Amino acid sequence: MNLSNDKGSMSTASSSVVSDKFPAGLRVLVVDDDPTCLKILEKMLRTCYYDVTKSNRAEHALDMLRDKRKVFDIVISDVHMPDMDGFKLLEQVGLEMDLPVIMMSADDSKSVVMKGVTHGACDYLIKPVRIEALKNIWQHVVRKKKNEWRELEQSGSVDEGDRLQKPSEDVDYSSSANEGNWRSSKRRKDEEEEADDRDDSSTLKKPRVVWSVELHQQFVAAVNQLGIDKAVPKKILELMNVPGLTRENVASHLQKYRLYLRRLSGVSQHQGNSFMSSQEATYGPLSSLNGLDLQTLAAAGQIPAQSLATLQAAGLSRPTAKSGIPMPLVDQRNLFSFENAKLRFGEGQPQHMSSGKQMNLLHGIPTSMEPKQLVNLHHSAQSLGGMNMQVGAHGGHSGQSSSLLMQMAQPQARGQILNEPAGGQVPRLPTSTGQPILSNGISGGVLARNGIGENGRGTGYNPVSQTSSMLNFPLNHTAELPGNSFPLGSTPGISNLPSKGGYQEDANSDIKGSAGFIASYDIFNDLQQHKSNGWELQNVGLTFDASQHSNSLQSNIAVAPSVLINQAYSSSQRSGQSSNASVTGKAIFSVGEGTEHGNGQNVGQHQHLTNLLGDNSMRVKTERDASFQPALFPQHFGQEDLMSAILKQQDGIGPAENEFDFDEYPLDNIPV
Amino acid sequence: MERNQLRRQLAVMRQSLFDQGFLDEQFIQLEELQDDANPNFVEEIVTLEKSPLDFNKLDSYMHHIGAKKVKAESTHFREYCKAGNAEGCLRTFQQLKKEYTTLKKKLEAYFQMARQAGPKEIAGRSK
Repeated sequence: MNLSNDKGSMSTASSSVVSDKFPAGLRVLVVDDDPTCLKILEKMLRTCYYDVTKSNRAEHALDMLRDKRKVFDIVISDVHMPDMDGFKLLEQVGLEMDLPVIMMSADDSKSVVMKGVTHGACDYLIKPVRIEALKNIWQHVVRKKKNEWRELEQSGSVDEGDRLQKPSEDVDYSSSANEGNWRSSKRRKDEEEEADDRDDSSTLKKPRVVWSVELHQQFVAAVNQLGIDKAVPKKILELMNVPGLTRENVASHLQKYRLYLRRLSGVSQHQGNSFMSSQEATYGPLSSLNGLDLQTLAAAGQIPAQSLATLQAAGLSRPTAKSGIPMPLVDQRNLFSFENAKLRFGEGQPQHMSSGKQMNLLHGIPTSMEPKQLVNLHHSAQSLGGMNMQVGAHGGHSGQSSSLLMQMAQPQARGQILNEPAGGQVPRLPTSTGQPILSNGISGGVLARNGIGENGRGTGYNPVSQTSSMLNFPLNHTAELPGNSFPLGSTPGISNLPSKGGYQEDANSDIKGSAGFIASYDIFNDLQQHKSNGWELQNVGLTFDASQHSNSLQSNIAVAPSVLINQAYSSSQRSGQSSNASVTGKAIFSVGEGTEHGNGQNVGQHQHLTNLLGDNSMRVKTERDASFQPALFPQHFGQEDLMSAILKQQDGIGPAENEFDFDEYPLDNIPV
Repeated sequence: MERNQLRRQLAVMRQSLFDQGFLDEQFIQLEELQDDANPNFVEEIVTLEKSPLDFNKLDSYMHHIGAKKVKAESTHFREYCKAGNAEGCLRTFQQLKKEYTTLKKKLEAYFQMARQAGPKEIAGRSK
């Protein structure tokens, strides 16, 4: 908050509370696509003597918020809007402007309200909104300011220890938002503890920092560079090297970012990834994936210990792991991890992972993605939410690594946070290998998706892009993976799926993300084609249907969407036809992902697939991506089936033909 | 006084709308928002709601203005549609349309009278 708030008649909002006229003059921005509701709210707010600005389009609202000439104290937004998901807007505002946001909806179901909480809304109003509810919204403004102060003070000259304790006690959490605040203050404390650099905190009064896209990108780059676990505000600050930025700014932003990542990986929780909790949000899914994969792989005996290790490392998405991992594996793993994280396979995977084959594939496929990349992707994916889309999109379309890379770079722009890391990472991806391409492609696609899914997280993109690149590679490297072609091409398909189904909710823009997925589809397509490979997409399809049955598939096909993709990959590899793969890939993505999370998983899944494919052992692990709504896949397992399944998973998007006919992306770009 | 009479009539009409379940508390909320600056606020809102005749979304719109019955009908309609029950869908749609037009007519009459009676009168519930 700008202490020196000068806007509006009452700067009380921004400054310490309270002027005798407060809360009159509170600057409220209302966003709702329903004009009637907007009008009513405006009237009500004016009756409360608030300063109201209304907008019926989220993008327009964001523009206004970003406009430095306009200052707002609080934002009220509807959940369901046609041009942008309310939660996405919520995240953006939280990350960029750090304003309190109140969500509204006629929908009062617990899940939606919970979603509001997890995305950082400071309150949730049920429509029709009563004026009494609006009369008190000023409390959120005050509370937030208070917390910020506390944060500043804590990191400032005051004894850290004492300060840390204080906020929690003093905070007067009177609303549900308190929990969030509580958590953040707690976290803040932790961060405070780690960073003892107080030099910049001496100034208590700090103007509020606006986290622009570039700044956020820098932040994410720094975080990725350090590794999410090791990313402490002090080091991040140093890496970012932004004059005027304080450790506290970074600390609070990091808090939010972590929440964001957690949320991303939280999706995979459905799958029952216990990992998630254990690891950082980002890694959560990954670990699960890795764990699964590794297990399965190990079981299969296919996976070389090393691979496992790397995978595990990858799964954990620890950058450190990267180094030791053999490329193929590593990449694979990363992909998986991403996928895991992103995809909701979580559950499905473990089961499927039994297919050591997958590992093998991984192994065989020199994934171009370095673990780090994957991790990054992961990160990106997670954070990117929005970015993913882009990446995905790119991946899908380009079908070529280059395009992917490009795309990856592109996404950056998208999510605001696209963050450079993505860009940086991208280059890395292409480096390698063709083989993993498939997997990479998938992962890329997936990641991309993930990135997008997150929408707005933006920061995570990088990883995503990487994945994309990865995807591209596989695709490009047809040499290695016959099926490579699909990933890229398929990505669009994938994106389609996701966008169709689940993603839509998170980010319609996720379509791009699907691009990444598309790759997966390609894989599937390939699978279809390669039915002979033994993959039987059918299995895959089955797996999906079974949602948990993954094992029903011939080989340990993990149902998880990613698996499907893998299968697809396998098939593609075998027959070199990527077309099928792409379809499946997509399906997988879409399936798993209703939201970005799913994508992540998919990616991971795909990774597996690709990896598996790489092996050509085609042991498709039909992991069922639990996350993907099971039973998405229709009985027919052919590509079409797979696709449909995937599509269905997407929330009943409706079976999509194998070829991605998704409106958006020309999936068949990927030369198989 | 003519005015008084009108107002009384208005009040009666208003009350009956509530009694018959056409309107609910939300409408009252809207009325409360109405003031000198926006004497016809409620009418404006209601008119706004009338324009998008997207029956699918009608239930969410209707709750904004407190149109109880129409809202209930539109919810039914949507449910049937979701369930894919064509017959039920058609049936409820007819019902919904009926309710909607009824309400529309009634509200139009109400607002017209309200305008005649003078803005202040409308806002008061006490009448």
